[in-house]
Amino acid sequence: MTSLNAPFVEASRQLPFSALHFESVTFRHQGKPLLGPCSFSLEGPGPTLVMGPNGAGKSLLLRLAHGLLPPTEGRVSWSSTGRPRQAMVFQQPVVLRRSALANITHALAVNKTPRNARKRLALEALAHFGLTASADTPARVLSGGEQQRLALARAWVLSPGILFLDEPTSALDPAAIRAVETAVQAFHQQGTRIVMTTHDLHQAKRLAGDVLFLSGGKIREHTPADSFFNAPVSPEARAFIAGELVE
Amino acid sequence: MENNAFYVALSLLVNLDATLFQIVALSLQVSLLAVLIAAVLGFPLGAAVALWHFPGRGGVIVALNALMGLPPVVAGLTVYLLLSRAGPLGEWGLLFSPSAMVIAQVVLVLPILAALCRQKVEELLGEYREQFMSLGMSRSRMMPTLLWDARFALLTVLLAGFGRASAEVGAVMMVGGNIEGVTRVMTTAIVLETSKGELPLALGLGIVLLTLVMVINAGAYAVAEFTRRRMG
Repeated sequence: MTSLNAPFVEASRQLPFSALHFESVTFRHQGKPLLGPCSFSLEGPGPTLVMGPNGAGKSLLLRLAHGLLPPTEGRVSWSSTGRPRQAMVFQQPVVLRRSALANITHALAVNKTPRNARKRLALEALAHFGLTASADTPARVLSGGEQQRLALARAWVLSPGILFLDEPTSALDPAAIRAVETAVQAFHQQGTRIVMTTHDLHQAKRLAGDVLFLSGGKIREHTPADSFFNAPVSPEARAFIAGELVE
Repeated sequence: MENNAFYVALSLLVNLDATLFQIVALSLQVSLLAVLIAAVLGFPLGAAVALWHFPGRGGVIVALNALMGLPPVVAGLTVYLLLSRAGPLGEWGLLFSPSAMVIAQVVLVLPILAALCRQKVEELLGEYREQFMSLGMSRSRMMPTLLWDARFALLTVLLAGFGRASAEVGAVMMVGGNIEGVTRVMTTAIVLETSKGELPLALGLGIVLLTLVMVINAGAYAVAEFTRRRMG
């Protein structure tokens, strides 16, 4: 990966992160409670790793935070500095049926970036994620790892204030996982607030600033990474870290 | 030998029969223009039905699907009534002209293009929805992206529409009138020659029509396969 070019850094990255608040948020599907009620605030630099067993409600929490789903009850809000520019990377990368380059220029066009700047910005983003050689390759013939990097490049080019990642490495091999983790750290260093779900304990140890631990649709713990891994408070988190099967 | 349909078809082609070429040219002109107009109207219509949820949406989908099987003579009759001197659009003076034939074929083809496009766009939207929402796209902004990404499927839909337009005889007969040199197309010529008892000539025309449709389909298939393989 090449280093980031200076003009590429936009002011939004330098702004302090505007905190995200969940106020007694509940999500039900056909009357069945799937998440909550949960209340917490995401402040501080992060990265926040949302952890927990399958079906704990991690993806749901991310979608509520990003605004893809409305909460059944409660409120998701941003502090006074306002709603930052957001982006999300999904477990299965969604790429359009066009070239890698066109996938990124499309996101820029949606974002109303001036036409004459789109190609340059897109090529810079592709270069940053090691995809220069694949610029003209149709996105859907890229490998899974390359598609995920393309999804990251597409998020990168939008200079989000906050980036949500939903199990971005669960379908990838170790080399591709490393590339994604490096990218996540690059986002973090550029001042993008990271909120990422994972069920991989080792990955969480490598990346986490703080951990939000969920099980059974409830928040069990929200603590700095150090105390979470060394001295978990909740019995569920203790069991999870000890490698027991947690429901 | 002269009574063999293949011989007639071949000699029509080899001798560059002027009347035949005029008929073929008009057939192509009418059907291609009708498909083009139907696509310009029908694809956005289909995509809109896929994207927006409005009261009566189910009814629109059922109507579009049902109209895919609209009998050509009914389409012809409707356009005939609209365009006849006493009809609401009688002032245009379009009846028994190629324009009237284009209008009738648009009526026939539009539901096919809109209904099939709705289906394809809805499938694609299911795959893209969360990403689009994440990018903050409005529904009207999603439409061009979805139509472009469905382009290979839509090419096949266009072919289905063209097949319907070039094969039908009832509508063009009613609103065109099969006037020699003005509104005679391949299908109406075949009907005429058959009724005159000129079976080899009718069959010869049929072979020419079939060959033409095959060539167009083969060309479109080749383009679609090439791009599909390239785009994955």
